[in-house]
Amino acid sequence: MPTEIPDTPRTHRSLWVDVWLTFRQHTGALIGVGVFAGIVLAVFLGPFVHDVDPQYLDLQARNKGVSLSHPLGTDNLGRDTLAQVFAGGRISLAVGFAAMFLSLVLGTAVGTLAGYFRRLDGPLMRFTDLFLALPLLPLLLVIIMLFRDTLRNAFGPETGIFLLIVFVIGITSWMQTARIVRGEVLAIKEREFITAARSIGTRERRIVSRHILPNALSPIMVSATLGIANAIITESALSFLGLGFPPDFPTWGRLLFDGANFITITPARVLWPGLAISLTVLSVNYIGDGLRDALDPRLRDT
Amino acid sequence: MNLRHATPVLAISALMAACADDPEPVFEAPEEENRHLNILYWQAVSIVNPYLSGGTKDIEAASMVIEPLAHYDENGGMTPVLAAEIPTLENGGVAEDLRSITWKLKTDVLWSDGTPFTAHDVAFSGAYCLDEQAGCASLASFADVTAVEAIDDHTVRITFQVAKPWPYGPFVGSLSPIIQREQFQDCLGTRAQECTEQNFGPIGTGPFKVDDFRANDVINYSANELYREPGKPWFRTATFKGGGDAASAARAVLETGEYDYAWNLQVEPEVLEQMVAAGKGQVLMGFGSQVERLMVNQTNDDSNLGDRRSLYLDGTNAHPFLSDPAVRRALSLAIDRQVLVDTGYGAAGRTTCNIVPAPVPYASVANEACKIPDPAEANRILDQAGWVRGQDGVRAKDGVRLSILYQTSTNSVRQGTQALIKQMWEAIGIETELRNIDAAVFFGADPASPDTFQKFYADVQMYTNNFQGTDPEVYMAGWVCARNPGPHNQWLGTNIPRGCSDEFDALVEELSITPPGEDRSRIGKRLNDIIVQEQFMIPLIWRAAVSARSNSLKGVRMNPWDSELWNIADWHR
Repeated sequence: MPTEIPDTPRTHRSLWVDVWLTFRQHTGALIGVGVFAGIVLAVFLGPFVHDVDPQYLDLQARNKGVSLSHPLGTDNLGRDTLAQVFAGGRISLAVGFAAMFLSLVLGTAVGTLAGYFRRLDGPLMRFTDLFLALPLLPLLLVIIMLFRDTLRNAFGPETGIFLLIVFVIGITSWMQTARIVRGEVLAIKEREFITAARSIGTRERRIVSRHILPNALSPIMVSATLGIANAIITESALSFLGLGFPPDFPTWGRLLFDGANFITITPARVLWPGLAISLTVLSVNYIGDGLRDALDPRLRDT
Repeated sequence: MNLRHATPVLAISALMAACADDPEPVFEAPEEENRHLNILYWQAVSIVNPYLSGGTKDIEAASMVIEPLAHYDENGGMTPVLAAEIPTLENGGVAEDLRSITWKLKTDVLWSDGTPFTAHDVAFSGAYCLDEQAGCASLASFADVTAVEAIDDHTVRITFQVAKPWPYGPFVGSLSPIIQREQFQDCLGTRAQECTEQNFGPIGTGPFKVDDFRANDVINYSANELYREPGKPWFRTATFKGGGDAASAARAVLETGEYDYAWNLQVEPEVLEQMVAAGKGQVLMGFGSQVERLMVNQTNDDSNLGDRRSLYLDGTNAHPFLSDPAVRRALSLAIDRQVLVDTGYGAAGRTTCNIVPAPVPYASVANEACKIPDPAEANRILDQAGWVRGQDGVRAKDGVRLSILYQTSTNSVRQGTQALIKQMWEAIGIETELRNIDAAVFFGADPASPDTFQKFYADVQMYTNNFQGTDPEVYMAGWVCARNPGPHNQWLGTNIPRGCSDEFDALVEELSITPPGEDRSRIGKRLNDIIVQEQFMIPLIWRAAVSARSNSLKGVRMNPWDSELWNIADWHR
């Protein structure tokens, strides 16, 4: 019976507990999480508290200021601004998350394949360069023009456009992720533990999924958080140009666009959607920043 | 002149040349010295040849350079431009049998390249537009024309197939100006669209000439030194900038004073009011014949049809539900036009039930009932026609749902109108999907784009149209059945709703042989009534032309009957 163990191992901590402990020390990231959670909750639970139809035109209440029935006032057609911000937020956030997810999957796949398989590296990275070199906005316009009607017939106007916009944003924003992941994979695959895994006959698929991907998680997570912000901004830009969703379908970008002319009459129409976009993007960026510090083993204190 | 005097002159002209090249407007110069005119049209110009574009912005940009024989003044009267006088029956210019008109031209007019302007140029302009392969957008102005001949160097005769009591279609107004034969002679027929250099920089007789044209962006003009009236134009250079939107254009003149003139300010009344309060400029309004209307597609626009989409095809491609008169009637009855005026137009709009709201002799009074909305009646009509509300509240019959795709150009007033009409239509069980298209694309007339108003790949679309001058014949002739847009006319046909009525076509022919007077007014009104009562078009708002000028700009006379820039030679500070 061993009487003495000189180095008592500390209680076992999983990676995620470690990450959380580090993350907790990043004040900006914590505030970011709070603000972001607040926005998500408000946008999804808000309509249960303030149950006004965001599309309803109340012609008796045009350009109204703050009141009990319209806490943020109304627009020039009598639509309730608060209800519109809620409805717009649901769309903008859904677009942001879905497009981020798509670009993440694409970027990670391309990056891992290019980094791990030498033969694929050249073609895949040139393919990435090709996408990076494409002028984004004209490309979006052409895609929307070509596929709008097909998707509209298949899924109806709103879902069809939603899928299209998510697809379009996803397909045009995966390149950064791919490059970052490739770089990370190139470095990791030369490490000893990969050689060890290979020496005991681990299949390539397992090496990638068990050993490489978890270690490349840090840049992937960071680019994911940045991707959300990016997607929300791109959707805003498309709405601003009058593309994307139908004109009576509120998204934050669209609300901002429509309200811009009325900034001196009803500032709330610009202020709140603008604030919502800025806060979401800012909070998500802070979360990303915190996650990067937390996931990086070199920065994480043990 | 000795060199000591010449130097400052040279220096000044060099300075002016520098100003002309500078795309940024010059603001700091004292007003007396600033002979540079900044015009802002928020729809950018795509071509400087009105024969190849139906867009008002292109027509007006071209009207600074190329001129017609006569134009309409701000009261709707005709004044000679390149003609020496207006031909009439009294002065013998119009033949007794009404089958020809003879124009005497001014003799001392030079093109801006120094060559003399002659009747051969007029004859050529006629041949250019009449060429069937050219897809001329002003063809309606040339209705029934058989020949345009130069009798001598300064006399031109236009002959018509039929007796033409109103022979002032061709070469009157900015829709059909005179282009130079020398420059355009290789551009006839199918080659018309290919002559980029000519279409982008026509040589003209007007007060300005094109120095530099960047399509869909900006035109730089300089004064035409050879302009026939000495001392005009007052401005030495002009910039015609395009792009942006109506609100930013209004702001650029009224609030920031960056531009001298801005056109077509379709902005919410409360927004415009606030800009005017800044005191930098004034709003100009003129009620002409502009009517904001809904076009109701009579052909099937289903995207599964591929090439056959929104084509008339001799009536074999009827719309699944808008071909039912009951549905069209209900669409019009459900709309509360006064609400549209109050929210989007204010003093710049009035409710109307006519496609031709002015001038008085042609303004029908038979349709006034539409000014009062009647959704109950609309519901009754739809019920009676067998369109029954389904589970989702949308009416359907035989598996066809009343679901409308409603498109218009991107403009916040129009989007407001769309939202209001959607709510009104959904109240009577008609599902409505809205779409907005950038104005540059929607009115761009690009035959390759699916989103132009001519292609009309939607069920209902909304925009404003008007006619030049005071006679609606040309306007009405644009909606005869045969003018439906399609590949056979490069999509430049003018019968946008693709509606066909034998009575209408016959009356248009009758109108073309009826002299001005009571009969002509009666036929004109009847034509309006057919279109409105068939609801091929649903008139909404009689709009004033709304533009803005800076306080320093003088001499502007708002003209709703012709190009707003018709008297630009007289503009000054």
